[in-house]
Amino acid sequence: MQTTASSRSKRLAITPYLYLLPAFVVILTFQVLPIFYSLFVSFFEWDIIRARRFVGLGNYLDLFRDVEFWQALFNTTVFAAGSVVFGLAISLFIAVLLSRKIAGLNCYRLAYFIPYVTAMTAVAIVWKWLFNPQFGLLNYLLSLVGLPGTRWLQDPFWARVAVIIFVIWKTMGFNILIFLTRLLDIDKTFYEAAEIDGAGPWRLFRYITWPLLGPTTLFLLIISTIFSFQMFVPVYIMTPDGGPANSCSTMVFFLYENAYVDFRMGYACSIAYVLFFIILALTLIQRKALGRKLSGL
Amino acid sequence: MHVTLLAVAVVMIAPLLWMLITSVKSPLEAYDFPPSFIPALKTYVEHGGELHQADFLSLRGGTAEVRVLAGRHKGLRLSVPEETLIRKRFIWRNYADAWRAAPFARYFVNTIVMAGLTTIGQVITSALAAYAFARMRFRGKEVIFIILLGTMMVPKQVLLIPNYIFLSRLGWINTYYALIVPWIAAVFGIYFMRQHFETIPQDLFDAAAIDGCSRFRALFNIAIPLSKGVIVMTALFTFIMTWNSLLWPLIVTNSPEMRPLQVGLAYFSQESSTEWTLLMAASTFTIAPLLVLFFIAQRRIIEGFARSGLKG
Repeated sequence: MQTTASSRSKRLAITPYLYLLPAFVVILTFQVLPIFYSLFVSFFEWDIIRARRFVGLGNYLDLFRDVEFWQALFNTTVFAAGSVVFGLAISLFIAVLLSRKIAGLNCYRLAYFIPYVTAMTAVAIVWKWLFNPQFGLLNYLLSLVGLPGTRWLQDPFWARVAVIIFVIWKTMGFNILIFLTRLLDIDKTFYEAAEIDGAGPWRLFRYITWPLLGPTTLFLLIISTIFSFQMFVPVYIMTPDGGPANSCSTMVFFLYENAYVDFRMGYACSIAYVLFFIILALTLIQRKALGRKLSGL
Repeated sequence: MHVTLLAVAVVMIAPLLWMLITSVKSPLEAYDFPPSFIPALKTYVEHGGELHQADFLSLRGGTAEVRVLAGRHKGLRLSVPEETLIRKRFIWRNYADAWRAAPFARYFVNTIVMAGLTTIGQVITSALAAYAFARMRFRGKEVIFIILLGTMMVPKQVLLIPNYIFLSRLGWINTYYALIVPWIAAVFGIYFMRQHFETIPQDLFDAAAIDGCSRFRALFNIAIPLSKGVIVMTALFTFIMTWNSLLWPLIVTNSPEMRPLQVGLAYFSQESSTEWTLLMAASTFTIAPLLVLFFIAQRRIIEGFARSGLKG
């Protein structure tokens, strides 16, 4: 009797782990251990085919002397700053308009969300066509309102603008959705009370909406920054050569070229780790610097 | 207010409409400037077994004189019976041409296999793990859960190279295994299913246990049926993300037979970078299946994305 009871309790103790096993093995193998393996590889010079050679911090030192790395870091920062600041500002403006319980809310939300679910690769090709300097729709529309067209993806400055415009268009639906979800939750009596006191739309936004949206804004700021620091597909499709004067090469694009074009695996791992720490640092800084200000009342 | 919102809606949709319009133009018309918003009526003449876009010059006694406008025979003047001229606006065969220009049928099959099996795998592993987290007590539960959540902080790019090296050691590069296996478990799914499983009253499980239902069967008879909404939502989310992914499949495939749709399309765009009518047709049929899915299940999909955002 006793043995059956104890073996039974032992079996009960093991069962929960059996349920966890499949997920845990996959996540451990492909999402946890590689983090450490990547750090390990970053200390080597290695093309996978020949034997690896230990170089210590050599890859990192090379990286900090590599002009292309600094350029990729600069480009990525420009893309992130441009797309996050303008993207969130526009999204917030639209979400506030939408939150006024207007007719057709769902139709608008649907229309705005469509670009977000379309495949990045396909729509990047479409935008490359829109940006075509000779035959593209954008230059035509500009000419209609009397503005000169530009060479877009063939000009170092406008290529960056083009990428930022594309990213804002692609991700705006998501930002609007998150802002809107929170805005619709805000208690309407706040606004009614303030309106009785004679507050105008700007003051309503400044003193009610903005503070109450704090955590949402902070959250979107952080994840949009993380997302744009990982940008790869738009530049890979629209400027496969890195853009004019390498103006569109991003960190991940640079990593991809080193790893899968030049087969410098150790070097690429050091890029990945620098990217990892930049993202971690940005997240912590934003949390600290803006956390108190934005986390509300 | 509506004016602003409507204008923004137009901006959001216009690129996709332009994609559709360009996809049914003739190659020649795609290069018209100023561009046409509705494809114009064009004349085509058959010569040497091919159709050529042509300029109509004159008509005399049932015989038309035309000049070929593009292609190898550009500038060639032909006199043909009027009734053999073809006049049309929409060039639907761009779709057939694009479909044949690269092995798109194969790309589609690969993508459906990849996205389908990844989604199924993720739902199964997530449901099992979430069930343990939500309804069982065991040592290290919170620690394991926190470790799992912590992995979400790590940018995916850090995993690219080690996983690539690992899979090439296994000999899995350019196989379905490489496309699917690394992603058949995800913290996202575990997180939401756990949350929902926790809301199910314990009484239901107790009653089932009294009736002799094992814990494993209770997962399928109670927990899963009561969480259909959450499961469908995470499944749709995973399916869309996998269907649209490019970087990982780009790295682990190296022959056309194994390429998923996005990778195939990316290569096609680099090989045929000036054939805009074909590129727009290919982009259209790449996007179309997901747009259809989106319109069918928009409420769940939007909810899925909203909640994927609100977990932070």
